[in-house]
Amino acid sequence: MTATTTSARSELSELGRSETALRTFLHGLPGVDQVGAEQRAAQLGTRSIKTTAKAQAIDLAIRMVDLTTLEGADTPGKVRALAAKALRPDPADPSCPHVGAVCVYPAMVPYVAEVLRGSGVHLASVATAFPSGQAPLEIKLADTRAAVAAGADEIDMVINRGAFLAGRYKEVYDEIVATKEASGDAHLKVILETGELATYDNVRRASWLAMLAGGDFIKTSTGKVPIAATMPVTLVMLEAVRDFREATGRQVGVKPAGGIKTTKDAIKYLVMVNETVGPDWLDPDWFRFGASSLLNDLLMQRTKLTTGTYSGPDYFTLD
Amino acid sequence: MSERVAVRKTYKLFIGGKFPRSESGRSYLVQSSNVSLASRKDARDAVVAARAAVKGWAGATAYNRGQILYRAAEMLEGRREQFVALGIPGDEVDAAVDRWVWYAGWADKVAQVYGGANPVAGPYFNISAPEPTGVVAVVAPERPALLGLVSVIAPAIVTGNTVVVAASPTEPLAAVTLAEVLATSDLPGGVVNILTGAITETAPTLAAHMDVNAIDLTGVTDAALATDLEVKAAENLKRVLRPAPADHDWSVDPGLDRMTALLETKTVWHPKGV
Amino acid sequence: MFEYAPAPESRSVVDLKPSYGLFIDGTFVDPTDGGSFKSINPASEEVLAEVAEAGAQDVERAVRAARKAYDKVWGPMPGRDRAKYLYRIARLIQERSRELAVLESLDNGKPIRESRDVDLPLVAAHFFYYAGWADKLGHAGFGANPRPIGVAAQVIPWNFPLLMLAWKIAPALAAGNTVVLKPAETTPLTALLFAEICQQADLPAGVVNIVTGAGETGRALVEHPGVDKVAFTGSTDVGRAIARSVAGTRKKLTLELGGKAANIVFDDAPIDQAVEGIVNGIFFNQGHVCCAGSRLLVQENVADRVLESLKRRMAQLRVGDPLDKNTDIGAINSAAQLERIRELSDAGSAEGAERWSPPCDLPDRGFWFAPTIFTGVTQAHRIAREEIFGPVLSVLTFRTPAEAVEKANNTPYGLSAGIWTDKGSRILWMADRLRAGVVWANTFNKFDPTSPFGGYKESGYGREGGRHGLEGYLNV
Repeated sequence: MTATTTSARSELSELGRSETALRTFLHGLPGVDQVGAEQRAAQLGTRSIKTTAKAQAIDLAIRMVDLTTLEGADTPGKVRALAAKALRPDPADPSCPHVGAVCVYPAMVPYVAEVLRGSGVHLASVATAFPSGQAPLEIKLADTRAAVAAGADEIDMVINRGAFLAGRYKEVYDEIVATKEASGDAHLKVILETGELATYDNVRRASWLAMLAGGDFIKTSTGKVPIAATMPVTLVMLEAVRDFREATGRQVGVKPAGGIKTTKDAIKYLVMVNETVGPDWLDPDWFRFGASSLLNDLLMQRTKLTTGTYSGPDYFTLD
Repeated sequence: MSERVAVRKTYKLFIGGKFPRSESGRSYLVQSSNVSLASRKDARDAVVAARAAVKGWAGATAYNRGQILYRAAEMLEGRREQFVALGIPGDEVDAAVDRWVWYAGWADKVAQVYGGANPVAGPYFNISAPEPTGVVAVVAPERPALLGLVSVIAPAIVTGNTVVVAASPTEPLAAVTLAEVLATSDLPGGVVNILTGAITETAPTLAAHMDVNAIDLTGVTDAALATDLEVKAAENLKRVLRPAPADHDWSVDPGLDRMTALLETKTVWHPKGV
Repeated sequence: MFEYAPAPESRSVVDLKPSYGLFIDGTFVDPTDGGSFKSINPASEEVLAEVAEAGAQDVERAVRAARKAYDKVWGPMPGRDRAKYLYRIARLIQERSRELAVLESLDNGKPIRESRDVDLPLVAAHFFYYAGWADKLGHAGFGANPRPIGVAAQVIPWNFPLLMLAWKIAPALAAGNTVVLKPAETTPLTALLFAEICQQADLPAGVVNIVTGAGETGRALVEHPGVDKVAFTGSTDVGRAIARSVAGTRKKLTLELGGKAANIVFDDAPIDQAVEGIVNGIFFNQGHVCCAGSRLLVQENVADRVLESLKRRMAQLRVGDPLDKNTDIGAINSAAQLERIRELSDAGSAEGAERWSPPCDLPDRGFWFAPTIFTGVTQAHRIAREEIFGPVLSVLTFRTPAEAVEKANNTPYGLSAGIWTDKGSRILWMADRLRAGVVWANTFNKFDPTSPFGGYKESGYGREGGRHGLEGYLNV
């Protein structure tokens, strides 16, 4: 880290002390032109990724999947099966890599932990009164601590969108700081719920707010509101982590979640990562897909590439 | 008792709102008067004056330009007898006033008729609007001395151009008198500049001048001269209005052509997003 | 690292003949007094086809065919029927767009991504748009019964061969004129394929005539006394010569010439989109764009930041095989153009500007030039004044909006300009003051058939596109 970034980092760490300083900083970030951002994202989506590049991208995408189930109907049996799939996505092909993590509700963490222990697959738990975040802070922090205690090494928290949209940035900031502290050694992913933030300007501001407050990852969505991850939203977040590292020297990860269902979609995201932030982020430590059905499509395409024939859903596990 | 001795008028050039004599010190006898014989240097001075006036005149509101031109029509009407005394038929003067008023009203309408929104296939606001081309050199028709002159000046300036006019060499008194009308209206100096004298002397300078944006050859009757002027005008891609046919009827509705020929269309795009 | 494997578009959709004649009076004919020349692929220097070079007698035949078609068929035809032919052509272009896109990239060197996603959709849209005007001319604002001019001589450049053809032919035919068109000598092939499309559409013979050749053919065409209208897109020098040559004639002239557009970035700009706009402004189509944003005017207080972002972005540009779907920058169109770009770039270095290009491997064969920026450029440098027509950006700084306007307008050209700022009132203030025919605010290099395009000052006169585009083809 250079001397400039060190001093910039300490200056930026002061921002959280004052509502005014935070507001001034966040509103001083460059604006995002919606049409331009969407066109750039669409243009990146036209890259043609074939043969060896496609094979490479599919394996990387599998390693980046946060295999997720967040249903009221989740049971120990359901999440155990999911964890087993995370370890061996394609039982017929030992060369197939395992996924990045399994993502569940806090109550399900102990059952998943049994399966994943020692495997290298991370265990992510949503917390902080996911998905709405509408609970007293103490309860959100207790939620977080319980998840970590049960074995989660990644915490996916939600920000307080109500406070953000009302302009109470310090409140949002303080909650993230407190959750980070409650997470201990677990990695903190901060869910911005971009579908509720409505504008790319807000996405950029929320990204910076989460990073300034200490988030290790910024994540688009809970998957519980109509608009989940999109290419342009993820593009704006990638630009934010790029600029944040440039300013502070600290690298923050990005996780689009929800709505990414096909290999084609996943590859478009990887192209976007590659051309926006570069190879440093092309790693499961720095980029994840929050998804469930995506994995099976990746597996089908992987089989197609290795065998030359198109497979069908009956040949892949439904967990 | 002896008869009163009249005070005669000196007919001078009209440049930058002032009435200088030709810097060359020359004049020529025409219509029983000594009229300034403009030189190439006078033409260049007039271009400088016209250029200096562009910013203010093109930048004025259309409403303001319309008001000023209407004011000039009022002045013109008031001097009706003066033009008649120069030998211009009364109905030509009337037609000239009416023509001027007609054009004055276009000031705040031409952009609506000639511009507009374009429905592009994308999330963009897109609008085309006319703008003045800048400095326009005009060779006025030899006759009708007043109606012809008004019919070439008004459409050029109403949209925000400024002009350097080479007046009818054979009947220049109407032009100088019109200059007096304009000088006493609220028209800013330099918007209209009038050169009297030989077209063959002034027009080639104007046609070749690199700071002139357009040339109106309406009054050029010599085909070889017209071609020569058009060739000169090509050097900086001036917009060119070719000579009017000899039998052109100046009394008919002129349409928009004289205005639009001296307009540029600017199209502005902007994304629509939140 | 994530290396993209080659993703070549198949060229098998294109069925090239070894040689092509002139398209006169509805058929392909051999030249009578002309010769022939070869059209090559600028990415490989491979000969694509041999093409006829029209001589003066061939031009004479073409003009005569156009006159006959004008007098006997196209002039008298009701607008609604002209419209139907144009709609047919638009549809045929859509149906054959892949073939046309591949051929365009082969002959021109532009990336298939652009010929496929930009050129061809715009070509079809242009014919579609003007088709609808053919039976509505009385409502276009040029009088109740506007008349066509007659035979139009049209000379087009090599940078957007088919798109420039569309910009010329569609409004001319809609208005009831017939045409003789000369494509550029380095890019004649898609115009000849378009001639086949005219045949496929059963367009009456002589309505569209295509004469291939170089400058001499073009001169013979625009100077032909049987021509009523001349439309030219190309360099300002040639435009000037054409303006001289039509002096004293009845020919109506429209010219779309060079440019040296300023792309102005303020400190409150949406920086990431501005950087995209800068890249699109100068590297789109290898910078072979008359309205290219070839002068970046960046506010001094954000210059370092913008340049850093720009360089990072430029490092992502993929230069190479035009037919690879992932190529961003293709081949320079000709050896002569490459030479000009080199000469002006060397002048930039010699005059003290600082030159930078991202690392990139250029192919051994063909004509290539790496995307390049010059910083430390002043208005006095040749690279800030002369049109380079290549992937070379000159970067200048300014301090205030008034200074930006002054520098932007300080050129004999006036085709286009860009403004990047989040402040709406500043955009409108700037747009009012920029002497340019197209002003892109918070975007750049956008085109649409409904949107008039054309320049101020030495960038030419007349407008192409939109209702305004009809004016040059009607007696108004």
